[in-house]
Amino acid sequence: MADEPKSASAWKREFRDRLSEARSASLLGGGEKRIESQHAKGKLTARERINLLFDEGTFREYDTLKGHRCNEFGMENSQHPGDGVITGHGLINSRPVYAFSQDFTVFGGSLSETNAEKIMKVMDKAMKMGCPVIGLNDSGGARIQEGVDSLAGYADVFQQNVMASGVIPQISVVMGPCAGGAVYSPAMTDFIFMVENSSYMFVTGPEVVKTVTNETVTQEELGGAKTHTETSGVAHRSFQNDVSCLTAVRKMFDYLPLSNDKETLPWKETTDDPDRLCPALVHLVPDDPNVPYDMTAVVKQIVDNGDLFEIMPEFAKNIVTGFARMEGRTVGVVANNPSTLAGCLDIDASVKAARFVRFCDAFNIPILTFVDVPGFLPGTDQEYGGIIRHGAKLLFAYAEATVPKVTVITRKAYGGAYDVMSSKHLRGDCNYSWPGGEIAVMGAKGAVEIIFRGKDVEKETENYTERFANPMVAAQRGFIDDIIDPEETRKIICDDLRMLESKKLENPPRKHSNIPL
Amino acid sequence: MLSAASILASKRFTPRHAAPYAALFSSAAQEILPLEGEKVLVANRGEIACRVFRTAKSMGMSTVSIHSDVDTMAQHVKHSDEAICVGPAASIKSYLVIENVIDAIKQTGAKYVHPGYGFLSENSVFCEAVQDMGVRFVGPPSRAIQAMGDKIESKQIAIDAGINTIPGFQGVIKDAEECVEISKEVGYPVMIKASAGGGGKGMRIAWNDEEAREGFRLSTDEAKASFDDDRIFVEKFIERPHHIEIQLLADGPVHDNVVCFPERECSIQRRNQKVIEEAPSVLLTEETRQAMASQAAQLARAVGYSSAGTVEFLCDEKQNFYFLEMNTRLQVEHPVTEMITNVDLVQHMLEVAAGHPLPADLVKACADNGGVVPFKGWAIESRIYAEDPFRGFLPSTGPLLSYEEPTTEGVDMEGVTVRCDSGVVEGSDISMFYDPMISKLVTYADTRIKAIDGMAAALNQYVIKGVGHNTPFCASVCRNQHFRDGDTPTSFIDTHYPEGFHGVELKEEETVALAVSVAAIARAKSEILETPPLPLSSSELFQTDSGEPVVVDNVIVTLGGHRGQSYAVALEDAGTRAQVRKLATGSMEYEGDVHTLDLGPMDYSPVSSLATTTVDGEQKVIQIFGEDAQGVLSVQMEGSVVDCVVRSPDQFALSTYMKEPPVIDTSLMLLSPMPGKLISYAVQVGDSVELGQELCVVEAMKMQNVQRSERRGVIKSINCEVGDSLKVDEVLIEFEEDE
Repeated sequence: MADEPKSASAWKREFRDRLSEARSASLLGGGEKRIESQHAKGKLTARERINLLFDEGTFREYDTLKGHRCNEFGMENSQHPGDGVITGHGLINSRPVYAFSQDFTVFGGSLSETNAEKIMKVMDKAMKMGCPVIGLNDSGGARIQEGVDSLAGYADVFQQNVMASGVIPQISVVMGPCAGGAVYSPAMTDFIFMVENSSYMFVTGPEVVKTVTNETVTQEELGGAKTHTETSGVAHRSFQNDVSCLTAVRKMFDYLPLSNDKETLPWKETTDDPDRLCPALVHLVPDDPNVPYDMTAVVKQIVDNGDLFEIMPEFAKNIVTGFARMEGRTVGVVANNPSTLAGCLDIDASVKAARFVRFCDAFNIPILTFVDVPGFLPGTDQEYGGIIRHGAKLLFAYAEATVPKVTVITRKAYGGAYDVMSSKHLRGDCNYSWPGGEIAVMGAKGAVEIIFRGKDVEKETENYTERFANPMVAAQRGFIDDIIDPEETRKIICDDLRMLESKKLENPPRKHSNIPL
Repeated sequence: MLSAASILASKRFTPRHAAPYAALFSSAAQEILPLEGEKVLVANRGEIACRVFRTAKSMGMSTVSIHSDVDTMAQHVKHSDEAICVGPAASIKSYLVIENVIDAIKQTGAKYVHPGYGFLSENSVFCEAVQDMGVRFVGPPSRAIQAMGDKIESKQIAIDAGINTIPGFQGVIKDAEECVEISKEVGYPVMIKASAGGGGKGMRIAWNDEEAREGFRLSTDEAKASFDDDRIFVEKFIERPHHIEIQLLADGPVHDNVVCFPERECSIQRRNQKVIEEAPSVLLTEETRQAMASQAAQLARAVGYSSAGTVEFLCDEKQNFYFLEMNTRLQVEHPVTEMITNVDLVQHMLEVAAGHPLPADLVKACADNGGVVPFKGWAIESRIYAEDPFRGFLPSTGPLLSYEEPTTEGVDMEGVTVRCDSGVVEGSDISMFYDPMISKLVTYADTRIKAIDGMAAALNQYVIKGVGHNTPFCASVCRNQHFRDGDTPTSFIDTHYPEGFHGVELKEEETVALAVSVAAIARAKSEILETPPLPLSSSELFQTDSGEPVVVDNVIVTLGGHRGQSYAVALEDAGTRAQVRKLATGSMEYEGDVHTLDLGPMDYSPVSSLATTTVDGEQKVIQIFGEDAQGVLSVQMEGSVVDCVVRSPDQFALSTYMKEPPVIDTSLMLLSPMPGKLISYAVQVGDSVELGQELCVVEAMKMQNVQRSERRGVIKSINCEVGDSLKVDEVLIEFEEDE
């Protein structure tokens, strides 16, 4: 019996066994023990995350059997089918999306050449199909055993990120370590979400920092969710844990189009009447230009169901950016928030809003701008930091944007900041002011001190206030289309957006513009 | 030690048997002026101004409001025909400035001035100034205001008129040490009061020397800030008393009619500030009621009173009652009296001011009924304050982001009438400059219990977002069995909420109904928004006996935050039936049996803050506050504010791996408990402080709130300066770490 060759059936049966073994291995990732240790850290496994991200039973996986090609340092004896990253597509609230999820239980989620190929494959498909890509990052870094092959893999992904930028929305969810060169893939995507106390991103870790600069810093302090959402502005949102983070990704996904094809903009049935009056708006903004108020409360009165999904809520709080819906259609909201730094524009606020405006423009999302801005933040910090070139980004982004732009001045619109904030002069489609608007070069007192050099300041301030501390002149010039009753703001904006749906505006053909980066 | 009686005897305040006080007043009859077509100016703001305008308009009068700069868009301004600005935000520079109000009267040619309550309502100088212009003051004569406004003088008049009074020291106290001496002599417990006080401001109870010293200081400061009069006196504090008051209407010495209304019970007080009032009182016998009314009338006559006034008494459980003070104005809680007697008090005030006698039928009805106006049914009033009951009732300011008042139709209970007197609408700003009262919610029914149940229902439907408010607390009182039984001495709140208020605790069946309702709301929302927010799950919940899984929409509803009590809820048969099972904390293990509940009609829209569900035939009103970034949905039912998390079984199961976020240690800091102004520091950097030692004083809504140390330690840093405007949770002081 022993020497008898195997029958074809035996071969097939044996293969089927091997296949099913490989599939089971692929489902198990790095094995029970590593899964346990992942759970002990308060983290979910790559597969559990995929399950939470997609509508149940809709995820289709590719390349479950793909393995690495490394034959050095003993790697040839260590194969995990799938090679540490799960890739595929599925549905979120019935809309298609591609995703990859790095598996920390397999070689610490390290990126190999084959691993990168799998990611490239979903990105390639996503671009062809016109669907977003969501990356769940949990990786120790490059697969060191592979050397330059791994680095090549990174670069390929970077290149693909750039090619996809502005074509399909790209979302990165950082749910574990993401260090060194690896950070640049998320950095080039549109949005980064992070999980508090279990994820971090940095170019060089605490050990290197210590050696080079002698600073002692923890991973969390150096590149945790709090750091990146509050201080550096690298990440856009942070969440307490994997579950709430993935729930929020699903929520944001509902606002996004599938691609830069205008037809893919989502539209949802709404019970919120487009003609709903907002009586609270009559009172929400204090008359005194020096009294702060929370602009998000104003925005929530106006948008559908009061739902505003803020982007970077903890960074540069002097400007609010976020997604909302009007009559069921996604809009991007940009609003100065007087409750922080009087709502002025500074470096951080300009960069935050500029990037958001460009995202909206790239993906055909109309932009609603609410203005209450006293100007740019003065000071050496700001000037040395380059407020000129950073402020220019927001100006540039607004000026370049061809999507519908509706602007409401709720109170102050002073100086150059007035121009920047989606003014008529920057091709604003519909520009309004509430009766309490003040559209001027600067506050009355400052203006009078310059014009009259300190003479009759009180009397002249009154004159200036009467002339410019209201929106009349701007309305007379046509720089605003009307002075509207705050109560009717929602109604008017809904009506405008309906009209603007057929807006056609194109910038002159060119290779690309040269935004002051 | 001297007894209280001997102190009384030793001072100048002894009963005088001289000519009646009233004889001092002029008894010339006032000319009768027309009301219709005339202008009335209300020297007040907020709900009371709106209230007076309502009646004035119904009488064909035109209306004038006054307002500060920040009140330009306020409701009372909107509700008036003319409005005059009387100054900047701070009331001491606007509503309290007599010249400015007088100017407004001149400017508009108003013929009547109603002062409302608070502000200038009990200011005799103002009253005189108005009358000197030939304008009618809709209130009592200035001498009555003067006589009753001064607590020491009013007590003397009461003694003279033969009215029961509380033993105490009637002189003005000079300093804290004298206060301690006198308190010792009267005998603790004592009440330290501002002479010019009212509304609980400038009042403190002291049980020992130290408290007497501190009480004197704080009362003086508050009295100074609120009334610009820092005179203080001391009297015996009566234990387990009820605060009961008699509303009266009088038409002055010429007509000499006084009608007394059935009593109001105002014993539910927090720091001497009334919260819930009712009429009539459960405590009083008919005999006591009549005796009290008769004394009240006696006092009114003694001071030649006219217009509306209220005589306050303390009444112990043996029906002994003592005169407290007389309020020479329309009171906040007057609606409960109006509800049970069907008399419009403001209308009579205006008529008396015009020179009319009180209507003969009202006078007769009162006389025929033992000196008390006949009444029917029961009325309860909750004062809705912008103060956060979960943060020690500290004032909360800001705009009302959502605001919906309950209505009779909305509450929809047979025989229950709802009245809500307010001066705000959605968007109105609850400003730190004025009283934090948002509204007065009144329910009326033929029995007390029905009125209480009506109140509970109305509170459930009251939507107030943007500021913290006390509706959960009022709801809690309505649920309290002692309150329902009428066992309500003034110590009620201290007795039943010794550790403050921590929310209404729902009964188990209510909790289950809430879990089911939240599941139903989540499902309705996902249907409307076309987003299955919860991936369907094939988890094996709710198997039939044969072990076959039932096809259901399963959700796990966790009440009390991410780690609270979880219930597995299955909505079946197109949402008409729910199965619920309690889960052991933090696991998928069941605890207890499956409950099957019927689900009736439900009302929900993502736009609305109110949702109604019907669980086992019972209607549940749920307020939805919103969802935070972590997916926690905050709702309120029966005054209980609950953080809910709705998850699929998968999400729930995987959540068990999640770690609790690390808690940031704030024990080494003193945080500002409210928005306000930093008045003073009692410590310096480097000081060692004891538990309970005063650290600083934060003023908000004119109340001086002493911040005490909750730890022993050394002050490391002081982070704000005196005079700074503070936000909630701003770090005021940091302590050194313990060694």
